[in-house]
Amino acid sequence: MARYLETDVLIIGAGGAGMYAAIAAATAGGEVLLLDKSVIGRSGATIMAQMTVAAAIGEEEPDDWRFHLNDTIAAGRGLVDEPLARILCQSAPERIWQMEEWGIGWARSGNHITQAHAPGHDRNRCVYVDFLSTGPATSRTLRNQCRRHDNIRRISDLTITDLVVRNGRADGAVGLYLETGEPVTIAAKTTIIATGGLTSLYQRNSASANMGGDGFALGLRAGAALIDMEFVQFFPIGHLAPRLIGMDPIMWDPFRYKLGGRLLNGEMEEFTQNYGTAEDGKYVITRDTATYAIYREVEAGRGSPHGGAWLSFEHISEADLRAAFGPVIDRLADNGIDLTKMPIEVSPIAHYHMGGLRVDQTMATDVANLFAAGEAVGGANGANRLSGNAITEAFVFGELAGRSAAEAAANTSLPDVRDAAGPYLAVIEEAGGRPEPDGGTSPTAAIADLQSILQRDVGPFRTGDGLTGALAAIAELAAELPLMATGGAMAFNQQLADWLALRNMLEVARTIATAALARTESRGAHQREDHPGLDEAWTCNQIIRRDNSESGGGITLSRAAVRRLPGPEGAP
Amino acid sequence: MNKPHLVHLKIRRGGPDQPARYEEFPFEFEDGQSVLDALRWIRGNRDASLAVRFSCINANACKECVMRIDGRTGYACTTPLHPGDMLIEPLPNKRLIRDLVTDTLPPDER
Repeated sequence: MARYLETDVLIIGAGGAGMYAAIAAATAGGEVLLLDKSVIGRSGATIMAQMTVAAAIGEEEPDDWRFHLNDTIAAGRGLVDEPLARILCQSAPERIWQMEEWGIGWARSGNHITQAHAPGHDRNRCVYVDFLSTGPATSRTLRNQCRRHDNIRRISDLTITDLVVRNGRADGAVGLYLETGEPVTIAAKTTIIATGGLTSLYQRNSASANMGGDGFALGLRAGAALIDMEFVQFFPIGHLAPRLIGMDPIMWDPFRYKLGGRLLNGEMEEFTQNYGTAEDGKYVITRDTATYAIYREVEAGRGSPHGGAWLSFEHISEADLRAAFGPVIDRLADNGIDLTKMPIEVSPIAHYHMGGLRVDQTMATDVANLFAAGEAVGGANGANRLSGNAITEAFVFGELAGRSAAEAAANTSLPDVRDAAGPYLAVIEEAGGRPEPDGGTSPTAAIADLQSILQRDVGPFRTGDGLTGALAAIAELAAELPLMATGGAMAFNQQLADWLALRNMLEVARTIATAALARTESRGAHQREDHPGLDEAWTCNQIIRRDNSESGGGITLSRAAVRRLPGPEGAP
Repeated sequence: MNKPHLVHLKIRRGGPDQPARYEEFPFEFEDGQSVLDALRWIRGNRDASLAVRFSCINANACKECVMRIDGRTGYACTTPLHPGDMLIEPLPNKRLIRDLVTDTLPPDER
């Protein structure tokens, strides 16, 4: 017999977006249930954020949200959902000030908040918390705010496996409480998916272990539409070598913001000028161009020893390094790294997903009573995200989704999902009932296989043959899934958790490869070696839905016009 | 390139109602690899039933992988491996859930 919980607003995922949504929904007066498959406010992507949060607060120099919007639209290579991007840029300052009020402690110089310049922005716009502490400070601040609301109930270690859908309406969810292995049923008036992106589908990634795209699979199976699934952002200068422990692999981004640095190929020569962006010691190259340039150099035999590029700060003095990064310099020394004497090696790693659940301007999906927030939302960043927009999106879309879901809940009566939960609970029960493998691989090992497949054939550079092969390999793993062992009944059964994660990862991997195969052009984060160059005819979004009928399981792909604002916003 | 070293991890296994049992896993490693690297390798290649709480993998941001390493409390992700024997145990002062996982959650998040 499953545990049965009831709430007004159910929030799945407790990173930045989920916690912000919880605070907004609780403030609006609803009972909130905030869940995380790992630990509330500690897993996911937010806590990993190192530095920049973009918002036109105009502290460093005069600014206006319309300038931020123009930059966001330009970075997105023609595919930005403009009404969503408008919400993002227009509401960003209000959220930054609210976080300041809640005591996040944005870095200051003199009497104003410091704003750094990040590539793609037309001016100094990105706030941060020193040193490399934006993510931890954000998480701590939002956790503290959540605790202040008696109407937010928080549960860690609870994995949601399916949404309960009746008559096209999301009425709650079922899941597994990892600590005891107990199944859980939740009745909810409204539900928000705030599970973040899908970067752990790739072997080389910058995210927590649990960013496998759960929310996209939950949404698909519930009947929601996904948009832009082919656009996975690779962060160009992820740490590659020497081995560095206790540090986030995207840590070189803040170093470049503050100190510039030089990107060099295996012959110790600057090369980005050959790909259209001369840097001259500054950090100006956009993420998609840098990823492309590094891959091409490696392919031409001019990579660094481990297959990336060199990043050098050797021309920066010890005093300047310490002024910019203080204690971080000591942590590097513990790892045997002295930046004044040696370059380090970097290479592109999966970092962020531009695609996601398709929502309207209230963050509602097209399934009734189902909302999305944060990175789980697709469209606002088009084909390429501007640096600094991810945490902004967690704040803005989180707050908006929380408010919208609370409003909708106020007009909804509490559903009873005891009976409807049965078939969804059966999935968990069936998966948990296979202690011994019937010949297949273990789900834990299969996740590693899937990550290799995506890294090789569904990464930043793609071909029709590679994608077709990847789809076949994904289908093969999906066929093995029902045979994979899950360890049997036990406390904290991570093998079963891995199986449930893999079930979602396979669903999501298929959508990325399918959309990437169909898009026969190169644009932003989607680069087809067999279809180089942008094709105007492809200035459209791709929408994916799943056939959820009993004999179904397939996915359908369609094209949709990019949502535009009625007229140019223009300068303020 | 680094020359691989060999560590024998002695890991305390089992739940709260079972007698303590130690299992030994050999692991070859390069300079700079962490205890968590070894534990994740064991889960992927030797025994997926090993319970170990972690999330951010390498960044020491989530603070979830706290355990007892060679008799001292530390994070698996920032503790380097060393050649020879290493003793890996759950925290002694927290309620044991299973293997290396103890109840480290705030009481109001359950």
